Amino acid sequence: MKTLCKTAVLPAVLAAIAAWAFSGAALAAWEPKKPVDFVIMAGKGGGADKMARLMQSIIEKHKLASKPFIPINKPGGSGAEALVHLKQKAGDDHTIMVTLNSFYTTPLRQPGLGVDVMTFSPIGRMAEDTFLLWVHKDSGIKNVEDFVKAAKSAGNNWIMAGTGKGQEDQLLTNFLNKAYGLDMKYIPFKGGGRVAKELAGKHANSTVNNPSEQLGFYEAGNTVPLAAFTPDRLPLFKNAPTFRELGKDFVYFMQRSVVGAPGMSKEAEDYYRNVFKKVYQTDEWQGYMKKKSLQGEFLTGGDLKSYWQREKDNHQKMLKDIGEI
Amino acid sequence: MEVLDHLIQGFAIALQPMNLGLVIFGCALGLFIGAMPGLGSVNGVAILLPMTFLVPPTGAIIFLAAIYYGAMYGGAISSIMLGIPGASTAVATTFDGRPMAMQGLADKALITAATASFIGGTISVILFTLFAPPLAAVALAFGAAEEFALMMLAFATFIGLGGDDIPKTLFSIFIGLVFSAVGLDIISGQPRLIFGDIPGFLHGINFLVLAIGIYGIGEMLWTIESSKGDVQISQATVTVRRIIDDLRTLKETFKSVIVGSFLGYFVGILPAAGATPGSLMAYGVAKTLSKDPDSFGKGNPEGVAAPESANNAASTGSMLPMLTLGIPGSPTTAILLGGMVIWGLEPGPMLFVEHQEFVWGLIASLYAANLFSLLINVAFIPAFIWVLRLPFTVLAPIIFVLCIVGGYAPTQDMHDVWLILIFGVVGYLMRKLEYPLAPAVLAIVLGPLAETSLRQALLISNGSLMVFFERPISAPIMVVALVLFVLPLLKLIKDRVGARGAA
Repeated sequence: MKTLCKTAVLPAVLAAIAAWAFSGAALAAWEPKKPVDFVIMAGKGGGADKMARLMQSIIEKHKLASKPFIPINKPGGSGAEALVHLKQKAGDDHTIMVTLNSFYTTPLRQPGLGVDVMTFSPIGRMAEDTFLLWVHKDSGIKNVEDFVKAAKSAGNNWIMAGTGKGQEDQLLTNFLNKAYGLDMKYIPFKGGGRVAKELAGKHANSTVNNPSEQLGFYEAGNTVPLAAFTPDRLPLFKNAPTFRELGKDFVYFMQRSVVGAPGMSKEAEDYYRNVFKKVYQTDEWQGYMKKKSLQGEFLTGGDLKSYWQREKDNHQKMLKDIGEI
Repeated sequence: MEVLDHLIQGFAIALQPMNLGLVIFGCALGLFIGAMPGLGSVNGVAILLPMTFLVPPTGAIIFLAAIYYGAMYGGAISSIMLGIPGASTAVATTFDGRPMAMQGLADKALITAATASFIGGTISVILFTLFAPPLAAVALAFGAAEEFALMMLAFATFIGLGGDDIPKTLFSIFIGLVFSAVGLDIISGQPRLIFGDIPGFLHGINFLVLAIGIYGIGEMLWTIESSKGDVQISQATVTVRRIIDDLRTLKETFKSVIVGSFLGYFVGILPAAGATPGSLMAYGVAKTLSKDPDSFGKGNPEGVAAPESANNAASTGSMLPMLTLGIPGSPTTAILLGGMVIWGLEPGPMLFVEHQEFVWGLIASLYAANLFSLLINVAFIPAFIWVLRLPFTVLAPIIFVLCIVGGYAPTQDMHDVWLILIFGVVGYLMRKLEYPLAPAVLAIVLGPLAETSLRQALLISNGSLMVFFERPISAPIMVVALVLFVLPLLKLIKDRVGARGAA
């Protein structure tokens, strides 16, 4: 019994010493000291959520970080909950967030939150998601012309489902209303997955989902993309023209970026930047971007900040246009 | 029978040694995760998701599904033994499971819970096997109006119960609804009831915080008062003979189990609902249908059987919209959905066609997971009983620590811990004043779902309430709900008239 104890204990002690010595040697670079809160500013099952969980799993699979990244959904109030959470975590090196365009719109619409996104730490833009206009196959609508005709005659009873008030989906809805003289009614739902289901179940007449949200229903032949809000046609939906082709010069993307809490230490920011740059380069991420027809280069640091500034000004203009601010 | 062929193929996959090993390991792990207060299947599945890269996708989903299943069984354990819901899905199990344990019938409660879970799980897997694609269409047909009608029905099952003090039940429901309105409003994007910008209220009042406060802390205070320093709170024993006797009396609960299984499954397949509303509704319905509704809440085995069969059935049910529509039916399936994306499987209507091996392997493993969860659970019952025989002076601090940790873990916010303590004291006082607490818990679960769907439906209909009565699915549900609301009133009038007639 005694020898058994000894043989079991000795290697364990040695291993502990070795681990300690090793960690001492690696002290130079900053590393997370506890699991990292990976906040998602959207509900479960939507495009942002799936993407965040993919990033998490890539990090785990390739062991890109020494501590786990724990996804936390904070979908409340079109991302307001997540933004306020991050603001409160100012100076915290263990809180990062996956953002969407509500990153710009929610603070603009609710100055009371006191959130200035330009103070957030720019870690990396992982992709730009694309938008298409979708209808149900059974509606018989084949192109934008049909769509405009049908929506016009339905007037205020034409239901457009989207993900939140004053958010990207509503901006696109308002663009369509203005550009084609429509009066579609916008109904907010929780998460893009739910919105996609509303269309597939014919509870809504149209949506402006991202490809990843509609793909399942599209492949099953339930829903049809009519046109894309991109500069060029998407390889996945070759038959859907762009709005630019149709004479409406309007291009709109959704950023998929990772940001850190405001006032995060320089060392931590560098660490996360490095992690997500590696994530971006993995085959899994590149494959996912292709499959879900995502676009965009990896952006970080000053470049990402100037991108934010540009997009923020853009959104300010769009929100003013529709009288939301 | 094409389905049978698929199923046999599925079993061939599920019974491969590695997959079977994953099922058993997953069930055991899930059981303990579920039994820890605050830690539920969501946490278990999320924490173990990255581990699944070590095995092929089919093995991975089998493992995660086994954890999910095991946790559903395990949730009942701390609900019965400690009076703290092990997971949100097991809240309704505390209503009668705890009183049974206090009466020295813990072994019976545990066996009832395990068997009910097994039957619920089995019925739901059979339904899943036979009717998965057509039921997906039912899930799709549920829009905002139908969702609201269903929520009304859930409320009605609770308020329409005879025997309870109706004004106090109403008060309890309304206070729960007020709590559920705290936080950011989805439709307008504005914060509500955050009491002068207390940041902790922005994420709303988490349902588990209320449940742990009322049932964990509140129950502890109650026991301190009622035991008056008596250190041994319950005379629990377990012998093989008793277990056999318990099994023999199980047929009393048969009706509740069947009700719970079907109800749980159908609520589970609806996106946005999930196992928690399913188990609460099953409890309400079982009580309504019971010959002796007054004994509910005082240790009726049916009150354990109904929610436990329902939450297992619902957990299978909620896999359906996940697999066929790509919409998670519960928080746990949302994580499983993330897993599928990672493994390169696209959930949606095409999954059943393109990845038959995956789908049927999963279904077959649900049968296996069900059986092993039952066996493991029953095998551990003596160990659970031993916990109950600890002196209360030892048990109380343990319960207290579990409550605090369980409340802190999900959001990692001290704000929630303070709320638990406040709810604990208030819950204890409400209980002293004989206010029913279950309706408040129900309201905080269903409130946000009901409110959002009501507003969405009314936005769509331009404010016309007729939208709930014009649609083919929502209309009958709404009518049944209204009837259940009105029944107690009619009974009241009848009693009055009867009394006058007699006088």
